[in-house]
Amino acid sequence: MEYFIIIIGSIFVNNIVLAQFLGICPFLGVSTKVSTSAGMGAAVTFVMAIASIAAYLIQYFVLVPLHIEYMQTITFILVIAALVQMVEIILKKVSPALYQALGIFLPLITTNCAVLGVAILLVQKEYNLAESVVYAVSTAIGFTLALVLFAGLRERLELENLPKAMKGIPIALITAGILAMAFMGFSGLVRM
Amino acid sequence: MSKLQLLTKGLIKENPTFVLLLGMCPTLGTTTSAINGLGMGVATLFVLTLSNMAISLIKNVVPGKVRIPAFIVVIASFVTVVQLLMEAYLPDLYATLGVFIPLIVVNCIILGRAEAFASKNNVIDSALDGLGIGLGFTMSLTILGAVREMLGSGSIFGLKFVTGDAMLVFVLAPGAFIALGYLLVIFNKLTAKLR
Repeated sequence: MEYFIIIIGSIFVNNIVLAQFLGICPFLGVSTKVSTSAGMGAAVTFVMAIASIAAYLIQYFVLVPLHIEYMQTITFILVIAALVQMVEIILKKVSPALYQALGIFLPLITTNCAVLGVAILLVQKEYNLAESVVYAVSTAIGFTLALVLFAGLRERLELENLPKAMKGIPIALITAGILAMAFMGFSGLVRM
Repeated sequence: MSKLQLLTKGLIKENPTFVLLLGMCPTLGTTTSAINGLGMGVATLFVLTLSNMAISLIKNVVPGKVRIPAFIVVIASFVTVVQLLMEAYLPDLYATLGVFIPLIVVNCIILGRAEAFASKNNVIDSALDGLGIGLGFTMSLTILGAVREMLGSGSIFGLKFVTGDAMLVFVLAPGAFIALGYLLVIFNKLTAKLR
């Protein structure tokens, strides 16, 4: 039941993009085509799952025993940056097909605030290791869902005849606002 | 570029929010009121100016291949400084801004200025560049915060001018996107004549 609440809560109720405003850069940047946003979503899911385990282990086996919790920001960002590089190298060797699909998105993920955000939030929420992984994966699914839905909307928007000042990002933001309003319908479904 | 130009380019010409569209997460996430937007802007301004200065000082020592990780460590250190200072002296603001304070590290404006400006220029110019871009960011966050606060809770900087309810949706998540979208439309319309 606990896990179920975390899953529904982080996919729909507290959607990372539309309710918590993390990962807006890829949300606006990559979401022009459904296929690329699905690829980006898959890459984020992969990295977030690994990063959450790394963040958990570092927090509770390095930072807390040494009483240097204030080093959290520096350590997490370096670990995530190193991790993304490592994932890229390993993927290239082990599974060239997956690398082909996710490769171009991986370098972008280092600066994706959603990954660092999830790492910090899972410590703040005091989840255990299993909960952390469930939280990270379902947050990433929420991210992918928002990205793919939004890409579908933007593909249609390309064809619309809009005032010049509204073209591009402004209309994308207004559309995102309406999508966020739709997601607000889920609030109250579970208590976070 | 003259010193004055360095300081003022961030306000309109290279405004990080309205023109370059960088740092969107804190822009949308923290601007529930004018004062929150201002707080976030000043925190970013602080980190941006200091990290620009530090990076321009170490630019000749750091080998080119590891410059990005080195920059990130510098930025993360200043973010930790801000985090600790805010927790000590402004606990209320720190609680409201929450996770967005540590996330200043991944704000693309800061790494962008480090790479594009501070790693090529002297300390004074880098400091001015950081101040200028930081001021532009603070200004746009305060404007967005003020607009959302006015529409959403009928007040500005905490002073209430509407009795009863306002349009609460502007304080909630959808209002952030919609308010910023329409502000961008207005900004584009106004600057289209300037260009």
